[in-house]
Order: sequence, then C-alpha cells, then structure tokens
Amino acid sequence: MSAHVSVRNLRIVAGSKAIVDGVSFEIARGKVLALIGESGSGKTTIALALMGHSRFGATISGEVLLGETRVDQLDEAGLQALRGRRVAYVAQSAASAFNPSRTIMSQVTEPLLVHRLASKADAEVRAVDLFRALALPFPESIGARYPHQLSGGQLQRLMAAMALITRPELVILDEPTTALDVTTQVEVLKAFKAAIASVGATAIYVSHDLAVVAQMADQILVLNQGRTKEQGAAEQILHAPTDDYTRTLMAAASPTERSAPAVVAGDALLKVEGVHAAYGRLPVLHDISLQLARGATLGVIGESGSGKSTLARVIAGLLPRSAGSVRLGGEELPKGIDGRSREQFRRVQLVFQNADTALNPVHTVGQTLARPLAFYHGLKGAEAKAEVARLLDMIRLPADLATRNVRQLSGGQKQRVNLARALAARPDVLLCDEVTSALDTVVGAAILELIDELRRELGIATVFISHDISTVRAFCDQVLVLYGGTAVEQADAAAFARGVHHPYTDLLMHSVPEMRAGWLEQAVTRKAVLPSEVGDDLCRFLPRCPVAIDGRCNAEAAPLRAGDGFALLCHHELQTLRELTA
Amino acid sequence: MNHVFSFARSLPLSGRIGLGLVLFWLAVALVGPLLAPHPVGAFVDQDVFSPVTASFPLGSDYLGRDVLSRLMWGARYTVFLGAGAAMLACLIGTSLALTAAVRGGWVDEVLSRAMDTLISIPSKIFALVMVAAFGSSLGLLLTITAITYVPGNFRIARALAVNVVSLDFVTVAQARGERGLHIALREVLPNMIHPLLADFGLRFVFIVLLLSGLSFLGLGVQPPHADLGSLVRENMSGLVDGAPAIVVPAIAIATLTVGANLLIDSLKPVEKQG
Amino acid sequence: MSGSAPHSAMFGVLPLIGKRFASALITLLLVSAVVFTISGLLPGDAAQETLGQSATPEQVAALRHEMGLDRPALTRYFAWLGGIVQGDPGQSLVANLPVREVIAERLPNSLMLAAFTALVSVPLALAIGIASAISRGGRLDRTLNVLTLTAVAVPEFLVATLGVLIFSVKLLWLPSIALVSEDASLWDTVRSCALPVLSLSVVVIAQMARMTRAAVADQLDRPYVEMARLKGVPFRRVVLFHVMPNAVGPIVNAVALSLSYLLGGAIIVETIFNFPGLASLMVNAVTSRDMPLLQACAMIFCAIYLMLVLVADVVAILANPRLRAQ
Repeated sequence: MSAHVSVRNLRIVAGSKAIVDGVSFEIARGKVLALIGESGSGKTTIALALMGHSRFGATISGEVLLGETRVDQLDEAGLQALRGRRVAYVAQSAASAFNPSRTIMSQVTEPLLVHRLASKADAEVRAVDLFRALALPFPESIGARYPHQLSGGQLQRLMAAMALITRPELVILDEPTTALDVTTQVEVLKAFKAAIASVGATAIYVSHDLAVVAQMADQILVLNQGRTKEQGAAEQILHAPTDDYTRTLMAAASPTERSAPAVVAGDALLKVEGVHAAYGRLPVLHDISLQLARGATLGVIGESGSGKSTLARVIAGLLPRSAGSVRLGGEELPKGIDGRSREQFRRVQLVFQNADTALNPVHTVGQTLARPLAFYHGLKGAEAKAEVARLLDMIRLPADLATRNVRQLSGGQKQRVNLARALAARPDVLLCDEVTSALDTVVGAAILELIDELRRELGIATVFISHDISTVRAFCDQVLVLYGGTAVEQADAAAFARGVHHPYTDLLMHSVPEMRAGWLEQAVTRKAVLPSEVGDDLCRFLPRCPVAIDGRCNAEAAPLRAGDGFALLCHHELQTLRELTA
Repeated sequence: MNHVFSFARSLPLSGRIGLGLVLFWLAVALVGPLLAPHPVGAFVDQDVFSPVTASFPLGSDYLGRDVLSRLMWGARYTVFLGAGAAMLACLIGTSLALTAAVRGGWVDEVLSRAMDTLISIPSKIFALVMVAAFGSSLGLLLTITAITYVPGNFRIARALAVNVVSLDFVTVAQARGERGLHIALREVLPNMIHPLLADFGLRFVFIVLLLSGLSFLGLGVQPPHADLGSLVRENMSGLVDGAPAIVVPAIAIATLTVGANLLIDSLKPVEKQG
Repeated sequence: MSGSAPHSAMFGVLPLIGKRFASALITLLLVSAVVFTISGLLPGDAAQETLGQSATPEQVAALRHEMGLDRPALTRYFAWLGGIVQGDPGQSLVANLPVREVIAERLPNSLMLAAFTALVSVPLALAIGIASAISRGGRLDRTLNVLTLTAVAVPEFLVATLGVLIFSVKLLWLPSIALVSEDASLWDTVRSCALPVLSLSVVVIAQMARMTRAAVADQLDRPYVEMARLKGVPFRRVVLFHVMPNAVGPIVNAVALSLSYLLGGAIIVETIFNFPGLASLMVNAVTSRDMPLLQACAMIFCAIYLMLVLVADVVAILANPRLRAQ
C-alpha cells in the first residue's frame, strides 16, 4: 500500500535562512506521525507546509504529496479547496485562534459551509454530534456562546470539532494541549484520540512533550534546527533511541531524583504564618503557613490560578498581605515594599519565569548585574567589574558577555543572567517562579541543575514554584500543594514519596503522562461526584473532587489531618485516603 | 556626520526625502537671515505682487518686499517656535506620564482624569480660548501651543510607560527596593525613547500647523515679527492674481510638515507582511 | 453564564452605556470649568480693560459691580454654567445681541458644512483605508501611505488657496467665496460649498483612512485570520465576516476622531471662504475679545466632540460580544 502522506526533501527558506532543510517522511493512511523538537526546530513550519501555508513569506520547495495531490504545486484556488476540507488544522492557542466576535457555532460550521458540503441546518446537527462526541458540556447550546465565555480546555476541544467536521483525511495538531493545565490535558487528549480515530483520519501531531507524544503517535520524527535527527516507529524511538540528540531529549524529560535531600539543621529562616492575600476584593491566598531552613528547598505546586505566584509576590512584599505574618530570621517583614529596609530587600530575591521580560532590554549584562552590587553592597568600578566576572563564572557564562546587550542572548543565557542578578544580592531566600517553564526541556534541565548546585553551595533557602510535579519531586526537600489559594497538602520529600495524598494531589500525579504507549487508555477519568459551587469555608476542590462525601464535604470545612512529616486538608480519614489513592 | 549618512542610507526613499526637507528647513532657520538678499522689512520692489523674476526669485509681496528674504526670516519663527513648543510639550507630558505610571493609584487617577478633560477640548479651540484670554506675544504663543499638546503627549507616553511598568524587570526593580525616580528614569524611560521621538516629531508637525493657522487668522505671531503663516495672511489680497507671495509661504510650511511626517513614518519598525 | 441569551445581553449593556454617558457628562462639566477658568477668571480685570487706564477707581468699581465681577469666582462660574444649561449664555458684547441669537444664525450653516464633508469623506476614507490594509506592503499600500501621510500634514489654507487658484481663478468653475443664504437654490448652495468641503475633506479623508488602515491591519495580523485561511475560507470572506466585525469598533472610533477634527479645521476654511459658520464666529470673538460668545462657541465645540466620542464608544460596545456580555 502506498503512503497516504508523503513528503520528500522539504526545504523552507525565510530570507536567506533555511528553517527546514531536507526533511522527508511518509505516513500510512489512518496513522499518526509526531513531529518532536524544541523551539526553532521547524516542526510547526513543516506542519503548515502540508497545507501549502508559510508564515512571514517563507518559500517552500520539495515535494508534498497528499494521496494523489501535489500540495506544493497547488494554486490559491486549489489550496482553498484543500484547506479545511481534506486537511484540517488545530492550533496551539484556541483562545486566539477563535474569532472573538463570532459565535462558536458559526465558526465550527464554517468549513462545511464555505466548501458547500452541507446546508446550514445539517452543518449544525453535525456540529452538535461532534460536541457530544468530544464530551463537551451542554452540547446543544454551547454553540451559541462566544469564545470568551468558555475555558481553555473547552475551546481546544471545540477547535478539534471545527477541524473534524468536514471529515478531513489529514488532521494537523500543533501543540494542542501545551497551553492547558495537566489535569485538563488528559481529558482533551482522550477526546482528540477518540475523535480522530472515529473519522479515520491520518494525523500529524506537533509537540515538544515526549510523554504526550507517546500516547498519540504511531511514528515519531525527531527534529533539530530544521533537520531530521531520527525517525521511526514510536516504540523504537521511545525505548531504543539511536541518535544522541534524541537521548538528550529523553534524559531532560525525566529529571533524575537528587541522591539525598539536603539535611538542614537549625531554626527556620523563613517563617510564613496564616497569610491571607487578595487582589482588590478577590481573595487569592487563604491561610498559608510554611517554614524553610537555610539551604532547604520548598516546592510549591499548583495549576494556573492556584495562587502559587501570588505567594512569592506576598513574601517579596509586592502584594501586601491582608493578614498573617512573614518572618525572616525571627524578624517580621513589613507587609508591603514601602516599609522594608534595603537590608530586608537584599535578603529576599525573586527570579521570574520569563527572562525576556525580567531583564531590561536596554541594559547590558554587565549593567544588569552591577546594579544590585552597587545598590546593596556599594561596589563600584573595578571591584564591581571583578564581581560581575565572578558571577558570570558562577553561572557558567564567558566573562566577555558582560558588554553584550541582554537582547542578544539566547533564552537559556538570559535565564542564567536573571538568576545571577538575584545571586548578586547575596540573598538568604530565593523565590523562583516557574523559572524553567518558558525554556526548552534540555535548557531548562541545565538551569535546574545550576540552581540546585548553587543553593547547596551558598546555603540559600529556595522557594521553587512550578506547575510540574515531577520537577518539584526531584528537586525539593518539602512540597506544598496549592489549590484555589489554599494549601491542601504539605509534606517533606520522604513523606510525599511514601504517598498518602489529598485527592487533588492524587489527580495531579495521575494526570502527568508517562513515557509509554497505552498510559492514556489506562488513565482513569475521575469525574466530580458532587458538582457544586465553591462555598466560602468549604473545601476548594469540592466542585472537582472525585471522592467527595455528600453531607460532609458540602456542609463543613475540611479538617486538618497530620501524619509523620505531612499534613493535608480532607474529610476522609488518612487510612481511607491511602486506600482511595493507592 | 558619518552617522547622518549611514542613517539616511538606512531609510526608504520617502524617509530620505523627509530627512532632506527637515534638514533643509533647519538650515534655512539657522542661517537663512544671514543669506537673505534683502533686509526683512525693506520695500525693494516698485511693484506689488510681482511674479518670479531674476531680481526677486520668489516675487514680491503686497508692499513690494522681497518674498525670498521674508521667507528666510519667517522660517526661523516657524521652525524654532515649533521645535521649542514641541520640546516643552513632550517634556511636561512625559514627566507627568512617568509620574502617573510609576506611582499608579490616585496620582495616576487624578492626572489621567485631568488630561482626559483637557484632551476633550479640540486643540485649535483650546488655543483660541487661551489666545483670547492671554494674548499672543512670542513667549505666550510658545507656552500656549506647548500646553495645547501636553495632553496628547501625556496620553501616548502614559500608555507606553504603563506597558513597560507591567513588565517583570520593573517588578524586579521594585522588589529590589529601588525608588520611583530610578525606576522612571533608568528602567522605564529608556524603553520608550523611540516611540517618544516619533511622538515629538508628530507634536512638532501639529504645532507648526497650529501656529501657522493662528498666524494665518491674525492671532499668532504679531507684526513686526512674521512667521510663515503670517506671510500667507499678509498676502491674501494677492490670491485672485495667483501671486507667488501667497502660494510660496504656504508651500514652504507644507514641505516642512510633510517632510517631518515622512521622516517619522519611515522610522517606524518595519511591519511584518501578511 | 448560561443565561446569556441575545435579548438579555442587550439589556445587560444598558448600564455600561449609561456609565459612559455619565462619564461624558462629567467630562463636559470639567471642560466647562477649564474653559471658564481660562477665559473668565485668569485674564485680568475686564472692567478695567473696558474703561481703559484713564478711568477712576470708583468708575471701575461701579462697572465691576454692574458686570458682577465682584462676586466670588465659584458664584460667577455657577451663574455662567446655569445660563449655558438653560440656553442663555449671555449677551454678546460686540454684536450687542443675545449670544443665543448670534449662534442660532450660524450653527445650521456649520452643521451643513460638516454634513457635506462627512458625506464625501467617510465612504472615501473607509474605501482607501480598507484597500490599503488588504494590500499591506504592496505597491497600492505604499502609494496610498505616502499620499495620506502628505495630506495629513498639509495646512488647510494651502489646500484652500490652491483650490481657489485652480477652480475659481483659472477655471472659473466655482465661486471663491461661500455665500450661504436662505433664498439660494440648493444648486447654488452646493456650488458655493464645494471648495470649503474640498479643503476640509483632504485632511479628514487622509486621517480617517490612516486610522482605518491601522485598525484593519491590526486585525489581519491576529491568529484567528490565519486560522480562517487554514479552514479554506476565501480571503474576501475572511475580510468581510471575520475581520470587519472586529474592526468596527476601532473604525467608528477613527471616524469620530476625524470628524471632530472638522471642528478645528473649519476655523481656517470658514475664514478663507468667508463662510458664515460657527468657527469663523469664534475667531471673530477672539479678535474682539467677546468672552461670552467665545465661551459659548467653545462649549458647543467641546460638546460636539464628546458626543462623537460617546457615539463611537457605544457602537464599539455593541459590536463587541465581550463588552456586551458584561
């Protein structure tokens, strides 16, 4: 049988630079090929080329064959007839790919209507069927909504409906779950997989996430800088990769656990007690307490909106707490930045997620690092210069980078400078907010190593905020799980590994895809048993909890249950939880 | 000088034309009076509204004065008053904008509300009211035109500054304990320079048009001084004869403002093509 | 969220529109305070000025009392404001007529000029702006860019004088002075307005076209446009059904801002053509320092401006489902 999709010697050039160079592959009918690579690998560019589309006026050469059709030779009218009918596209961010001014239904049915494949009434019936198949809530009425009224996970599924409604022969999915929380991702992946299979389409799945790809792909093609590194059956690439680059990717994707958690003696350096905080009238943090010793690491886990970044802002004083206390070495820190002394500022340093915006683009690396040196330590001239060089050496960057403008650095270099600026203050506490999530896996892993090493060496207490539970488990001595602004679980690393967990933590842990085929099929969908509104004093997780108890969870606040090295907020007895989450 | 040339070469054709025109008028304003063939107020032609001749390259005006000489003097008022007022407007507008953006809260609220009020008075109307109230000496004209365009600059600069302030590096500076002045001048302002320069150019164009308009109405630069707008006004009676004395100064203003506008437009970052 | 049926959404938008209306009113109130402060309080003593340097202090004091200048500033402001609100802004000092009558004679002419200009310029400007945006970076776009860029920076009196030179002096097609009277036929009125409308339109069209282009081009860069193209939607349909609904708000805003520019532009054009409108009346008021007339004219212009912006705001709210649903 000849291949359904066949690409030969694909080359895509923008300006004088080849973004994609000499890529070839074939996909059999009904199979899924994954394009894997880091940013700049050309994976999205290749996917778009299959629809005859290129961004920024890049030119496509080579052979792109879909069935009998040479896509690369189609004119504008031919492409228009192909797109949305034979080949459909699911974009990374559904929130921006949907037109904000039109209803969902008018957009989902549009491919059928512009290709004259169905009447408006028939198209709407087909759309509702698809909504149902994709497990969307209120399938009959959801089409009347506007994009801003729906959640990210819902929009992503609606975009799949828009793509599949014409029963295309090829579907291109471009990082379709990257913008979603991990607990939402499972549901969306399941819906996608079932829907694509029911249409019988061939698919191309673009992703940077090997574990996700393991669930979706029959074949994998590994890309780096526009060139093919390795391609083959999914099993072979995942379990017996032959290329060095593929192995690096695999290694970075599964962080190795630290040998032993740093044993730290002494009193708590940072002590947060009963902290509440709100943006205006909107409460974001509810009764948070934590303790951190010199040189120790606390991992804060939560999904978007859980309040994890707010916690860092409250400790730094950027958002004044409305109640509770933050103590540093026994001394109470003023609520906001107004009352704090320069010494107090120095001792607590923040490192932000996105180094592109965290570094002032008009300054050089040297200026960026010299400012805290002058500000906190009064270092000037040659002294400052020497210290900048020492800092650059510490973060493993060449000293001549000091004269370079920060805009000229790569993403990983920027994040190192970002880190070095905080270290220049010689802080006692380092607040790291998602410092690796904007980076490629390999680069991010190196940054993690560096932070881990430096905080041991310098004895800095680190608060490590992340949405990625496996990273936190590998790097932290203590774990704090936030849900809806409440600490639902707190444990030291050993107790966390032993495993009695809050139902939310449990859901989170079971939502992280594993790097083996078949995981998705085994992953149990946990449906909320008591869907309800969030009550003031009730458990925040109640509306999504798969094991909520009627009459208890929706009636009174959850009690604190403590064990050896851990504590959690739940109505279930620890023993029951152990059984439920085993 | 090399900078100017390499800069000019980086511009598209329209930008080079604009740069040429702006530099030309700057040169005229600086040295024009030294090169003028006749004194500015001298009656040198027997005739009035003469056409272009060898002795009067741009004809003569309604009193028989040399138009070229009067133009060279008049350009000085137009260019320098315009540039001075534009600088003043941007200085005040941007300082207030930085204060509003960095302080935030009620300071921002009050300043923004005040500027919103002022911007609701169409600029020419605002200028007319002020001229009626205070008169139109050169110093007053400079102040009035500057004040008229402060709210416009404030609006642009505040929008830019608020964008920059929302970026993480400003938050980092705040968390480092930096004071407002350092944040405004070192962290925020350098990131607004390019759009602010463009806005300065735009204010300059607006102010030149406003000043010329006022002078044209007889409410701007008063005799014995005369800017380019005054020259148009003086010679209105020559309109039916099609005298160069009325058309030339009007075209002179247009070349200055159009030139500045073309230059600003070509400085904008290149738009990505769709 | 589930209750957002179309009719309830329409009702939901009323408080938002009410809020904008109230905000415009407050702005107008603040504007009146600014206008009165500048024109009524800050400039020296009107009584002294009227009587000249030779007047005795007793004479000045008497006149001051007569003019009400000896009352506190706030009292004077509210008296003035009350007059304006009741449609009686006082007596024109120069014409020696009630300001209301002077304005009533001029305002319709100005509105007619503005209406003609809007009728000519809005369709043309939208066509130019949309055409430029669609052919972004192409030759048409670059040509139109330079043309509009030039037109926005040209002083009105150059366009007007060139217009007179060409159409009145050389070709003898049109009158160089706008004679508007009630007995003139419609054709005569149109002919005599042709040059003023032309002079005003050039700048207004250019401004409006540039803002329209920016609004449409901004939308064309959005990811949803690429998505629509990838669904196989023809480009014309993308522009009409995807881009335009999102660009309506910004475009209406551009139209409002440009039309408000008519107010200022009219000052020069009305003077050149001796057009008996409100703007030339205001210039006369400045020349003769007729403050009551000046203040009334200024307030009318500001009110028109705020009304235009308010209308644009309301249209933008109605066009945006996100604002509609709030």
